Amino acid sequence: MADKDVLIDIFTRADLIMQSDIKFRKMIGAGQLQIVYYPVRGQEVVSAAMMAAVNQEDYLVTIYRGLHDQLAKGIPSKDLWAEFAGKMAGTCKGKGGPMHITHPETGVMVTTGIVGSGIPIANGLGLASQLEKDDKVTVCCFGDGASNIGAFHEGLNMAQVWKLPVIFLCQNNLYSEHTPMAFATSSETIKQRGDGLGMRSVRVNGNDASEMYAAAKEAVEYARAGNGPTLIEAMTFRFHGHLLGDTSHYIPEEEMEQALKDDPMPILRQQLLDMQISETDIAAIEAKNAATIEEAAQFALDAPYPPGDEYRIDVLDVEIAA
Amino acid sequence: MSEKPAEIMFAQACNMAMAKAMADDPKVILMGEDIADEQGGGVFKVTAGLSAQFGTDRVRSTPISEQAIVGAAVGSALVGYKPVAEIMLMNFITVAMDQIVNHAAKLRFMSGGQTSVPLTIRTTTGAGTGLGGQHSDMLEAWLAHVPGLKVVAASNPADAYGLLYSSIMDPNPVIFIENTPTYFTKGPAPAPDHVVPLGKASVPREGTDISLITYGRGVGASHAVAEKLAGEGISCEIVDLRTIAPFDEETVLKSVAKTKAAVVVHEAVKNFGTGAEISSRIHEELFSELKAPVGRVGSGYAPVPFSPAIEKAWMFSEDDIEREIRKILG
Repeated sequence: MADKDVLIDIFTRADLIMQSDIKFRKMIGAGQLQIVYYPVRGQEVVSAAMMAAVNQEDYLVTIYRGLHDQLAKGIPSKDLWAEFAGKMAGTCKGKGGPMHITHPETGVMVTTGIVGSGIPIANGLGLASQLEKDDKVTVCCFGDGASNIGAFHEGLNMAQVWKLPVIFLCQNNLYSEHTPMAFATSSETIKQRGDGLGMRSVRVNGNDASEMYAAAKEAVEYARAGNGPTLIEAMTFRFHGHLLGDTSHYIPEEEMEQALKDDPMPILRQQLLDMQISETDIAAIEAKNAATIEEAAQFALDAPYPPGDEYRIDVLDVEIAA
Repeated sequence: MSEKPAEIMFAQACNMAMAKAMADDPKVILMGEDIADEQGGGVFKVTAGLSAQFGTDRVRSTPISEQAIVGAAVGSALVGYKPVAEIMLMNFITVAMDQIVNHAAKLRFMSGGQTSVPLTIRTTTGAGTGLGGQHSDMLEAWLAHVPGLKVVAASNPADAYGLLYSSIMDPNPVIFIENTPTYFTKGPAPAPDHVVPLGKASVPREGTDISLITYGRGVGASHAVAEKLAGEGISCEIVDLRTIAPFDEETVLKSVAKTKAAVVVHEAVKNFGTGAEISSRIHEELFSELKAPVGRVGSGYAPVPFSPAIEKAWMFSEDDIEREIRKILG
């Protein structure tokens, strides 16, 4: 079991993610936000534990289902919410949106909407750190489906050949879009693919905060020591389908029931109580997160949209003529 | 090298530009298949000697993994490096198009200007040497169509030197297209500090009757035709774009405003080529002043053929340029 402070840290991040996801779905459902949203409920602990094991200046590359990673890495809620809402005050002036979040102050360098494409880019960040000897690591998140695209194999091979300080975090939620892993993935595990590429590879219960944190910490230390990358296959589940509105009809009922029984959030909360952290203290964390989210959501709704002319800026280093 | 040679080859000019960039800026790094000296210094020796001079940390031979090469260039560029990725042949760029189009070109915009991707992709291509359909394509129009990318093609060694240096130092992603069949042709050597700014065309030959707007290998062919027609009293002006995208509209329009006639010449397939865009811009601005509609010369609507007999028929030629000029000038 991870120590108390670590678990509180992980819980604080994970609860912010869970509450944010709930709030996003509620606001989208109520028509207050018109966005395509990839829910993260169920995968909170994987990100929270991973990001608790790295520093703010370490890099993160993630994917369109990335809210949990972005919040866990520390992007301020207001900036993130405003970007999701397409507002000028957002992280990317409303030009990226939920699938393309960047926030260098917290190390979030790329969020990609193309499955697997973050992997080769994470190598470039790792290469820069290796050349700079700046002791940074890069965390690269993707799903199990990404292991079926070429970029995964090219990228992991290069990372291993060059011993880059990159942690490849495969959040295996067992479904790539609507397709179950066994239907479209030839290997039994993603770890086997890392093994096949000669990379240090581990498979853990990503929904268990202590187990996930231990694996993350070990991979980070391994990378910082100059030993190279690790592939972590973190087993998890997503409770609300590929994107909001998806009824998860392709997931067998009993599988979903079991997954909900194994919901990592109540389990982690109970672990805190078991460690003699008081209900009052836990409730205070939850209340603080709720207040942060309320403030961020209101800020996002009230903030102005970018001017239409903004499309001519940031295409190249100079403004494009009207 | 105590004495500066009067003439250098195109490939040598590229090598010298990279050497200068690497000496000037420690953030310039090179990656590509077989580019380090241990692997031969590049299949066309364009990077020969650079790993010996700058070390294999900065001049890195890679696996045959175009996505991973461009991805590594994108990632390192995001945090301050100026990577030069060599994609050996332009057709192999297809394998890396996701990294180029969805990431290199868009990350500055999608991040709201928080990050940028100052990478250069060097790639070579060109028909006429019997390499057939997958080693010879000119694909610049695909790339020119993507907002956020610059596309550059030099027509002579001195320009190659000055343009490649500018490409490496440019804060935007640049695709630098080299031409394999002309790698070993010679031209006047540039001064060491010779720089050619991106986005600026040159007018290597002035004329009064018609403007030949071209780049890369089209420039040499246009010179040959211009020389021949000069004997008949036809005066051709040549505009060498040097940067294909964004192209120097000011120089092009100024030239055509003077000559009132134009042919756009390129090696790439004519259909949907860059000539269509350039021609269109001229028509939009100068339609009423033109003696005749703008002409286009390009290669045929087919994959690059293998057999020399078919390849020659398919490929754009000096005869095509001459015919087009005569048609326009009536």
